[in-house]
Amino acid sequence: MREHTEKLNPPRALWVPFELGRPIGAPDEPAFQRRVVEAALALFAAPEGPVIADFPEDAPGGSSGDMSGWVCPVNLTPPAEDAAPDSALAAVLAEIDQLRPWYQVALEKRGRTTVGLSGLDIDVAAKLLADFIDDPSVASPREDIALPQLLKFASDDIKAWYFEAATAQPGPSGGGVLNDWYWRDTAAGALVRQLAATCRTLDGGMMQLLGHKALVPRTHEHLVRDT
Amino acid sequence: MVRLADLPEMEAEHLLDLPCPVYEDSPWTDAPPLSGMRVAIITSAGLSRKSDETFRPGAADYRVIPADLESSELIMSHVSTNYDRSGFQQDINVVFPIDRLNELAADGTIGSVASFHYSFMGATEPEKLEPRARELAGLLKEDQVNAVLLTPV
Repeated sequence: MREHTEKLNPPRALWVPFELGRPIGAPDEPAFQRRVVEAALALFAAPEGPVIADFPEDAPGGSSGDMSGWVCPVNLTPPAEDAAPDSALAAVLAEIDQLRPWYQVALEKRGRTTVGLSGLDIDVAAKLLADFIDDPSVASPREDIALPQLLKFASDDIKAWYFEAATAQPGPSGGGVLNDWYWRDTAAGALVRQLAATCRTLDGGMMQLLGHKALVPRTHEHLVRDT
Repeated sequence: MVRLADLPEMEAEHLLDLPCPVYEDSPWTDAPPLSGMRVAIITSAGLSRKSDETFRPGAADYRVIPADLESSELIMSHVSTNYDRSGFQQDINVVFPIDRLNELAADGTIGSVASFHYSFMGATEPEKLEPRARELAGLLKEDQVNAVLLTPV
């Protein structure tokens, strides 16, 4: 944010009007990305500072959250609110089956995936969340990662898996619409919201961090229903 | 950075209320011409190699990203869930513009690209980051780096 940069007063800064998380602008737009990088490097030629320059272009596809025309590749059944853990898990696994071909398309197209923090297969990650909601005393399936951290990684893996599948088709993509889709319209988002609500009922700093901050973004926190 | 008006009102207020450290001055160093620059990327996006330990809440340390690392080996373990990751998922250059730097070096716009780049997870007090930042400055000098592109998320 420009307001923060003005307070921090770094010697050289390029302000960019892009969504948080996208400092170079937009994916798969090499010419645009190059202009951003060149504008930043051009600040080295400034004769004196501190200097804050404004990048003059919006990111291709529009500003934050603009995904006009984006639709999920498959029609998912809207999730039931506050479903029992076993039926919530079944709904997530059904979604995963529906989205799996698109995840594979994305994987093959990009040659990479950002899923893998937990080291768990995606359906195992979903089952861990459901098992924990059912019984928070469940043991961590990874000896080297404590359960709270593994819950965070498993949740992030599931979200990344869904986002990678959902953006497999070419077209504009912005985090705002994807977030709305994930947190409002998918069974996976509902499961993680239930996980956050469960964590809020438990003692411990990491559980409270998960429940209040580290699982569901502030923009969708109001969807978490305290139990 | 982001345009304040593009954020939901509550999110904008939250971010505006975040404490910002105050520095007494803004250090200034004249830079060499672009064609003489050796550029490194330092990001706060919580990036690491898949073989590295992931970042944990409160982490103030950094991970090394070799310039020739395959993009498939890069992963993001930032604790925050409040910024977009879908751009990075589709194209690492949205956060870590290594391909753009390599192109700029190949066509002679900049001198060269550093052998090593670095990532912190920008979710802790700046004072805790300072010792590692100073350590990193020494490593950059050893790599003959004279320009750094900072990419916050």
